[in-house]
Parts: sequence; structure tokens; C-alpha cells
Amino acid sequence: MSKLVIASIGPASSVQDGGRPGAQRYGLVPSGAMDRLALAAANTLAGNEPFTAVVEIGPFGAKFTARGSAVRVALAGAPRNADIAGRAVASDTSATLADGETLTLGFARGGSFSYLAIEGGIAGEPMFGSLAVNARAGLGSPYPRPLQAGDELQTKAASGAPEQRIELPAVTDAPIRVVWGPQDDEFADDTKKQFLDSEWKISATSDRMGYRLEGPVLKHLHGHNIVSDGTVNGSLQVPGNGQPIVLMPDRGTSGGYPKIATVISADLGRFAQIPAGRAFRFRAVSMPEAQVEARKFAALLRTLPERLRAIESVDLNIDALHDANVAGHAVNAVDAGTWHAVTLADIAGPD
Amino acid sequence: MAATLPPPRLLPSGDSAITVEFSRNIDDAANRRVLALDRAMAAEPITGVTETVPTYRSLLVHYDPVLIDFEKLGETILALAQRPVPATTKTRRWRIPVVYGGEHGIDLEDVAKTLNTTPDDIVARHVAGDYRVAMIGFTPGWSYLSGLTDTLHMPRRQNPRLLTPAGTISIGGVQTGVQCLAGPSGWHLLGQTAVRTYQLHRDPTFLLEPGDNVTFAPVDAKTFAEQDRAAEAGEFIAEQIAT
Repeated sequence: MSKLVIASIGPASSVQDGGRPGAQRYGLVPSGAMDRLALAAANTLAGNEPFTAVVEIGPFGAKFTARGSAVRVALAGAPRNADIAGRAVASDTSATLADGETLTLGFARGGSFSYLAIEGGIAGEPMFGSLAVNARAGLGSPYPRPLQAGDELQTKAASGAPEQRIELPAVTDAPIRVVWGPQDDEFADDTKKQFLDSEWKISATSDRMGYRLEGPVLKHLHGHNIVSDGTVNGSLQVPGNGQPIVLMPDRGTSGGYPKIATVISADLGRFAQIPAGRAFRFRAVSMPEAQVEARKFAALLRTLPERLRAIESVDLNIDALHDANVAGHAVNAVDAGTWHAVTLADIAGPD
Repeated sequence: MAATLPPPRLLPSGDSAITVEFSRNIDDAANRRVLALDRAMAAEPITGVTETVPTYRSLLVHYDPVLIDFEKLGETILALAQRPVPATTKTRRWRIPVVYGGEHGIDLEDVAKTLNTTPDDIVARHVAGDYRVAMIGFTPGWSYLSGLTDTLHMPRRQNPRLLTPAGTISIGGVQTGVQCLAGPSGWHLLGQTAVRTYQLHRDPTFLLEPGDNVTFAPVDAKTFAEQDRAAEAGEFIAEQIAT
């Protein structure tokens, strides 16, 4: 059997895929990749269906060793230094590890999560149709928890297909778009204006459950307790301290704090990739505009195979690597080391 | 023609979900309308709707904006939501065994003191209740029940606990609940059940449905321990009783 053995890996790294929607009425959140475009791009490069299970790798570095045969992989999402036995691997490309070779990944640069797809996928037992890790619910396969050194991911031997790169739309640092609601009427117009006019930063105490925002204190009109209602990925909850938390794929399915706005689905992956400490802004858009963007995003995911290109030369590969290394702001070891989990109690105790 | 009910508020929850809000408060009539709309949408599926999530006061409708837009889905939901709520709907009734007090319900004595009565009287009041699963949410299997006697209404704890045991039976505000997994809670812990409302590799994985009726039956600690082993092995423990 072919496998990738994890020689080392940092926290906030787990097997993720398209998630397991359908059981939110029982309190089970779908989970799944933080950046769906990067998930689908990595899988497309590896010759897999777009929402196949991959390794979602947090801000730290990682090492993977092929055992049993050659293993073909693809890397997308947050750029980072990467090499296989000293051969550079660019972001948004596929590459093959010979039996016994090690893929070494550095810290994420200008993003938070990278996606390592494996040609043939990861062998596991789907639960509600998904291998995605949801440690709280005991779900995920082959391991129902974040990955650790020594874990083994069973897969198929490399097919020998030619390596490819994928041309993705240019990454933008335009404001993150939101639609107001469902509880924006719990906030004064001045507070909504303050929300849009302010710079925000993602706190280092953020995780797959929620991203805490640092910025001005947002005041509630009628207090911070509402009767719990349903949540979605991107819900912008404002708890008692006035510092918003954006709910992410491992959120609770219901919450008891007013939600001033919701990040549009087309911008969720881009939002998830904003490194802790970098300033950004929000922009409110209309529902029709948000839905046009959602349809464009769906079309982009559907047409990813049309964006595959042959890797013509080594030169190109080196250029791509160079671009990746200079893009954005590096997350250094100190930044990455300050990551802490958001606890369920932060999101909202059951009311 | 029957009078139509007042329309719910349609609140956008991003570009792929609508919160259909019947009330801002915990309100039994609103919850019945939530559950009726949930059943109506299950009986007559709307193209593009991917899942529905009932809560006390609203129904969250997830949908695919590629297949249907906010305006069109909103109109369809409003029409369904203003139909009269059926007077009788067939619901299941469960009896859930609970060991009250001691290490299994560490707040029972404090609750009795606060309400100027005895622990036995608190248990008697809690067991006398006829409850309905108003919603399941937050974490897998956490079942929020309506129907708590107003003689047990109490504000939540000032300081929520970060970790409370799996199977906890608790009260908070005007509600009582069955918690499945260990986790944080700001409610008052009265007891513990061996029933797993969520258990992997069991058919069904989720025991309770929103709208089910629930009553509690006191058991002793020894019985709880036996039931806990049986539940771990996949038994329901909760009994379904004739309505």
C-alpha cells in the first residue's frame, strides 16, 4: 500500500474535504475546508474530484514522506517554501515524491492554510459522507483529531501523469464583502458605519471554530443576549465585549449573540486566509450583488479543470516559487506560536 | 377561507441562507409555527433548498443561490409559513431516565435553596413536566426542551462552566435540556442521563427529532451505571412510549 507518513506537522492541521452538510438540525456542523477554492484547486491539480479529502495545513511547517511507492501530490492555498528532496515545489502545482522522498513545507506566507491534495485521495471511512475532522463530535477519518507526527495517510501509487500548474484569479486584498443581517437592527446606524469605516485585525486567538476580530468596540442597542438562532459560515456575531467573532466551518450550529452581518460565501476562503495581525476592512454589498458573486464563485469552482496548464520548463517553476515567496507578509514562528483555540464558551453558551 | 397567520420576518443570513423569524422571544406558539414550516418544507421540497434548521423562534433555511435566489425563495417560504398550523401532528414521545443530584447533578441542592424548597421537591417538579424538543443545536444532540414549569424558571449562572458532563440534564431561564457531549454550559445541573441523543455507529445516530415529546423518569445511581454501559454498547435506553 502506498502512503504518506507525516514526519512533522504543526497544530491546526487536519484532514478536510467538502464537509458534511445535512445534519445541522441535530446540532452537527458540516466542518470542511476553510478555503474551498484552494481545496478544489489542489484536488483538480491532483486529478481528484474537487471536494476530495486533503490535508489542511495550518500556519506552521510540515514534512511528509512517501512510503511503499511514488506518491503524487499538489499544493494550493497559502504560499510557503516547499521542496521534495531539495527540488523546489511551487504553490498551485502538482509534484511527485519518489518512494522514500520527503516533502518539506515551510511556514505559511501571506495566508493561513495550505492544502495538500494526494492523487487518489486519502483512504478512510466516511461519516455522513465526509472524512473531515470535527474533533468535538468525534468525527473524521483516518483520525478523528488534528494530525500528528507519525500519522499515516493511505493512498494510491502515483499514476505517472505529467505535472501541472493551475492559473487561479489574482489574489486581491480588497475589502471583505458582507451582507447586513440577520440582526443588524440590534445596532445603531452609527455602529454599522463604524463597523465599515474601521480597520480590523484577526486575533491570534482564532481557530476553525471562529475568528476573533480586533478593532473598535461595537455597541449593542438592546444588550448582547438574544434567543439562540441558527448560524452559518461567516456569521459575524457580536458578544458582550463588542469584539466580533466570525463563525467558521467548525462553529456551533446555533448561537445566542446578535449577528450584525454575514461574510458573503465568495469571500469566505479569502477571509479565512487573512493572517493574524494584518489590517483589513469590510464592505457591505446588496443581496443581489452577493448572489451574483456566489454564482461566479460556483462557476469558477466548476471550471477549474480549464485552468490547468502543463509545466513547460523548470524556469517557470522557479518564477512561480519566487512569486510565492515575495507575496504578502510572512507569518513568522512567533506569530504562528501565538495561535490559541477559541473555546465553545466564547461562541455562546447555550441560553 | 381560513384567516392567514401573520407573516414571519425574512432575515438574510448571508447569500446562502434565510432566517425565517416568527418571534424574537422564546414563544411556544412561534416554535409550533417553526416546526410546522419545517415539516411543510420537508413534505414539499423546494428546488435549491439544501437543509433546514429549526430553533425556538426561527427556521434557518440553507439554499444554493445558483439554483434559487433570495426573493423567489422568500416568496415561496412566506406562502408556506402563513398556512394554518395543523391542530394535531403525530409526534413521538420518549421517556428518558435521569439520576438526579449528587455527583450527577451538582446544582440540585443550590437550586432547592434558591427556590426555598427541598431537592426532592425540585426533582418532583422537573419529573412532572411534559416537554417538547423545541430545537437541537449548538453541539451534536444538545436538545432544548420547552414546557418547563414556571416554578423552576431561574436565571442562568453568572459564570458559565467551561466543562459539564456528557448526558447532563439541566435548567436555564425558562428551558430545560438534554446535553449529549461534554462541553461548556451556563445552566444549572440537576442530573444526568445515560441516553445518548447522538451516538456514532448507531442507527439512528440521532435519537431525538425537533417536535418530539419528552418526559423524565428518576432512576438511582446503580441503575444509571448499568444503563450507561448498555448505552455505550448502542442501546437507546430512552423508551418510546405510546401517545
